[in-house]
Amino acid sequence: MNENDTTDHGTSTSLVPASDAGTERLPASLIRGVDQFENPGLPPHVHRAADDDPAAAKRAERQVATMFGLSMLATLVFLVSYFAIPDEATFFFPGIGIAKTQNVVLGLSLGFAIFLIGIGAVHWAKTLMSDEEIVEERHEQASTPEQRAKAVAVVNEGVASTQLNRRPLLKYSLGGALGLFALPLGLQVAGSLGPTNIEELKHTIWDPKDNGGKPIRLMRDPEMTPIRFDEVTFGSVFHVMPETLQKYIDEGKHVLEAKAKAAVILIRLDPDLIKVQKAKDWGVDGAVAYSKICTHVGCAVGLYEQQTHHLLCPCHQSTFDLTEDCAVIFGPAKRPLPQLKITVDDAGYLVAPSGFAEPVGPSFWERAR
Amino acid sequence: MSTINETRPADALRSGDRQADERASATKPLGGIAGWMDDRLGGAKGVSFLAKKVFPDHWSFMLGEIAMYSMIVCLLTGAFLTFWFVPSASQVVYDGSYVPLQGVTMSDAYRSTLGISFDIRGGLLIRQIHHWAALIFVVSVFVHMARVFFTGAFRKPREINWVFGTILSLLACIEGFAGYSLPDDLLSGTGIRAMNGFIQSAPVIGSYLSYFIFGGAFPGEAIIPRLYSAHVLLIPAILVGLFTAHILLVFLHKHTQFPGPGRTNKNVVGYPLLPVYIAKAGGFFFIVFGVIALISAVVTINPIWAYGPYDPSPITAGSQPDWYMGFADGALRLLPGFLEFETFGFTWSMNIFPGSLVLLPLMWTIIGVYPFVEAWVTGDKREHHLLDRPRNAPTRTAIGIAGISMYVVLFLAAGNDLMAIKLHLSINDITQTLRVLFFVAPPIAFWITKRICLSLQRADRQKVLHGRETGTIWRHADGRFEEIHAPLTPDERWVLVQHEAHEPLELTAGKDANGVDSPIAGKERLRAKFSNFYFRDRVAPATPSELEAAHHEHDDHAAVPDGGHEAIEPAGASQERETIKADKQHG
Repeated sequence: MNENDTTDHGTSTSLVPASDAGTERLPASLIRGVDQFENPGLPPHVHRAADDDPAAAKRAERQVATMFGLSMLATLVFLVSYFAIPDEATFFFPGIGIAKTQNVVLGLSLGFAIFLIGIGAVHWAKTLMSDEEIVEERHEQASTPEQRAKAVAVVNEGVASTQLNRRPLLKYSLGGALGLFALPLGLQVAGSLGPTNIEELKHTIWDPKDNGGKPIRLMRDPEMTPIRFDEVTFGSVFHVMPETLQKYIDEGKHVLEAKAKAAVILIRLDPDLIKVQKAKDWGVDGAVAYSKICTHVGCAVGLYEQQTHHLLCPCHQSTFDLTEDCAVIFGPAKRPLPQLKITVDDAGYLVAPSGFAEPVGPSFWERAR
Repeated sequence: MSTINETRPADALRSGDRQADERASATKPLGGIAGWMDDRLGGAKGVSFLAKKVFPDHWSFMLGEIAMYSMIVCLLTGAFLTFWFVPSASQVVYDGSYVPLQGVTMSDAYRSTLGISFDIRGGLLIRQIHHWAALIFVVSVFVHMARVFFTGAFRKPREINWVFGTILSLLACIEGFAGYSLPDDLLSGTGIRAMNGFIQSAPVIGSYLSYFIFGGAFPGEAIIPRLYSAHVLLIPAILVGLFTAHILLVFLHKHTQFPGPGRTNKNVVGYPLLPVYIAKAGGFFFIVFGVIALISAVVTINPIWAYGPYDPSPITAGSQPDWYMGFADGALRLLPGFLEFETFGFTWSMNIFPGSLVLLPLMWTIIGVYPFVEAWVTGDKREHHLLDRPRNAPTRTAIGIAGISMYVVLFLAAGNDLMAIKLHLSINDITQTLRVLFFVAPPIAFWITKRICLSLQRADRQKVLHGRETGTIWRHADGRFEEIHAPLTPDERWVLVQHEAHEPLELTAGKDANGVDSPIAGKERLRAKFSNFYFRDRVAPATPSELEAAHHEHDDHAAVPDGGHEAIEPAGASQERETIKADKQHG
């Protein structure tokens, strides 16, 4: 930077090229002196073989026609194959595996029918059409000052004719009407897109109120059969849904909405490995149940590493430590997976007496309220 | 310059031909249907103008064409798919011909997609072409953008078209996302599940947004039809409209061209639309379409039947979005969880929100405003129709590569699980490394790129001043060895010397007469700093006097045997030719 601030340049601040300070002020920092090369102009055109040699031109014509001919042949193959190849036919495609014959044959014939037209056309252009480049002049995009002045005059005349400037009442009432008319449309779409029931985000069908206040049995997903505690051996993993889901399945309504929050994973490990007393207390002799919905963005936390007792979400690799009450030990999730308190009922089945103590799934603004 | 109507010897082949129909003769005034049309539309004036419109030729100009053609393929095959696809989330029991899923409850969307794949003859092919064309569309849009960026084609008067293109590329990604979410298979459903999580992460309005978009609780039955109308109507309408404007502006501005002999900022050199460009570009459409069809014939993409229907409970390992959403997914994998916090009981999901809802608009805004930033820094108000060779704009090129390096880090992060499995590495190590690289890679990439550009510029100077290395080694009588350098032809040289090397702007007076900062001094100071950042490392193109000096130097010490220079002086160099003044600044 030029620290030459004392030079008297008046009060204006300006930027000039370093080597050009004080001389001509170009908008860009460019100095093109006389010492520069000149544009040598267009090189002379070099004839191609087909320009001079009738035999070469004839050959090119034949090549192009051959491609177009092969294209027609490929089209024919497509038309015949469409009817001739049965839907269920498969074959072994070397290097790829078992492939659906119909898809491969139809695709290849269609592909070649189209591709060869393109190759033929380009070959034609490159060998037979004139390859001499031509020159077109450019003109500045901007209109001339006269054109601009004329445009301004025309617009001004039009505006004057509307009397907008003389009649402010018209100007402001029109502005108001135009400004407001979009509101009904905006309100209609925003207001009617969907019902909002934010409290619903905090609710799962593990809530005993959904079961007449009775504890809810843990069911295998997707078989929907109850799980006896003595079937839960050490090291086993169960994908679990609540008994209350059956009602939704029977009615065929809102099944996925219910499942999206109710999915639970049940794992039994050595109780001594569980380091958190609450986690132990909410389980049954090392069998613990946690929400399977990731606290990051809601994928199912489906990967259980039996050796390390880690639960891993395959979407963004958030890792939860089962021995630490499913605290996050790696990845983008912040909160532990919520635990579902379970006990054993009189018949020996696992039940959840009280539902989740906190909202499951991804974070949202009102989650902790 | 000769005209294009020059007779060529090969035309003799056709000299004996007779016009099949005299009425079709080009010399006759318009008749028949063409005449009828012209009576009503007056198109003949435009035809002669359009037919002679010049398009310069360069392989990199085809990238935008690939984007255009693959988009057309998408529109065509997409229209086909709408005949069979049912955009409904209602649950049905599958009874189609794919045995493993018979009897399974699934959405109508998934059932109809299975139907297209197994029960509609050729339907799988159309679906595959549609998906492949979409992938190729987005990749070609990005590569085309990179070409425009690195050659400076976005400069005045094309800034508006750059902004259009930027919006187009964002829309292309969103359109792709909406499209691959439609089949409602386990993978795409998991994608929508994650999208719901993204939306919920928005501060204050997240929960409401989620309920608005999904029409109630996730997943609901509204999202599939809504994505469908966005995918087949809303976004394509905007895409096609903007794309048309994009092409019209190319016509209006005339295409940019690479520097070369005879090419100036005031002309455009190339082939006329009719017939050469029509044949090449039209032929290229068939090549692009054909290649996409060939790929679709043999390479399966998105085998939705293998994933099963969407269900919030199961999941597959290795869940990745389509490639163009990879960088956003990668950002989500890299953001550490501790960024989430609560104030007054409200949750700020800063481990999700920046990567999901902020990243895309932010990135595209930065891309969109770049031309205006650069124009402000250079203070350059002129039109630019000659492209920059990337090396001649080292800072811009380095900024571009730094941005790409950031993008690549995020993209790699989206595959951290796959890398861990295939390379037997710890996923935690990979993630940590990428977290560091996100911040470290861009400055390194910037520095390396800039150094390479400057070196290439110096190499260009060397080549101009001392000629091209011929690989021929002379042994002198006294035992010295010397490699012979062949001087460049004026044509070869011109490409290496035609460019402008900006100098940094300098602040001449930041204070007024009383030593007080003038009001705009701060802004101008900033501009000078930026200008310095852009242009302080500068390699000026070689000049004739430098070349002259270099020649003398050679003659002084290099007693090359007789005719050393003359013998390899290329033919044509001495030829008389119309030279064009280097009048790139003004007219």
